[in-house]
Amino acid sequence: MTVGVKPRVKVPKSAAAGETITIKTLISHKMESGQRKDSDGNTIPRKIINRFTCDFNGQNVIDVKLEPAISTNPFFEFRAKVPESGEFTFTWYDDDGDIYTTSKKIKVA
Amino acid sequence: MIRKALHAAVSLVLSGALALPLTAEEHISEILINEEIPITVRTEAPPYVEGLDEIMSGWLFRSEETQALQLDDFDNPSFVFVDQGMDLFNKVEGTAGKSCAACHQDLGEFAGLRASLPRVEDGKIVTMEDLINECRVERMGAEPWKWTSTQMTSVNALISMQSRGMPVNVKVDGEARPFWEKGKELYYTRFGQLDLACANCHENNYGNMIRADRLSQGQINGFPTYRLKNAKLNAVQARFKGCMKNIRAEPFKVGSEEFKALELYLASRGNGLSVEAPSVRN
Repeated sequence: MTVGVKPRVKVPKSAAAGETITIKTLISHKMESGQRKDSDGNTIPRKIINRFTCDFNGQNVIDVKLEPAISTNPFFEFRAKVPESGEFTFTWYDDDGDIYTTSKKIKVA
Repeated sequence: MIRKALHAAVSLVLSGALALPLTAEEHISEILINEEIPITVRTEAPPYVEGLDEIMSGWLFRSEETQALQLDDFDNPSFVFVDQGMDLFNKVEGTAGKSCAACHQDLGEFAGLRASLPRVEDGKIVTMEDLINECRVERMGAEPWKWTSTQMTSVNALISMQSRGMPVNVKVDGEARPFWEKGKELYYTRFGQLDLACANCHENNYGNMIRADRLSQGQINGFPTYRLKNAKLNAVQARFKGCMKNIRAEPFKVGSEEFKALELYLASRGNGLSVEAPSVRN
């Protein structure tokens, strides 16, 4: 696993049934574009998060394709409707094959 | 002729509107971070600050969007670095085989530290950077960090934020007095090709535009500060250096006696504001 990559998410702990909640996610990541050169003039290989997904109880909420122009530490804010109690699973896919996941439970009263 | 007069009137109105400092935020004296930590952003100036009636946090001078970033730790980009600071804090380094956390198990013990720094001990000014490096060299047997390095600013932010919301309260009398006097002298001394003192911008002209930027009072209660312009945490003395370059002066060295004295004096001008570290500015 690459050092310094750390996912963070913010999900409310509880919601009313059918309520639309706001989710914020951020992963600390260099997002090396593949366009830059090092001091010797060699191209620094591309290494970005190329896909981000969020699932709720196995059902997909959002599936994002990321491109090299996206800046460092990509931040996503989106909304989701919560029908029942369950768990949000967040997954980030790195160019080098690494997969970072984290999950957050939410209670529907 | 009439047209000219009209022009003059219009430009007068326009310039009047631009010169008005802090239109939207005029009444704000307290903000809430994470809806729980109250921060004083405006209060009465300490008696020894002759040039100001009121002291104001730099937060008040920023745009609404920038202000909003600081109100929630998730939105505040500093916390990417605070997380890294946490890793560094727990990292074993040096010949003693210790991490910071080996001695300082409870981060909460640092509450109040940032609010009292810089302070004078045994005839020397001590800043947060000095304390961190003293621990690294003397107790961990590790290499000291550079003052403006990411490691230093990240750990500094982690420790400083334990005092968030507490009033800045640096000592200006006793042993600290001669250093404070020196800092004050520097503050009012003109430097560089533009021949400007700190006071010319930050005391006489705060709230006015300097090219595309709005001048603040130059308060340092929010450092280390995440700046949108360079997307990283900035050390306070790195900011001093930036200011000196802007006025085309030869900056003092980061960590020099001059900058330490200036840091002490500037911190004292903010006595009464809250520790805001890690803040967000443009």
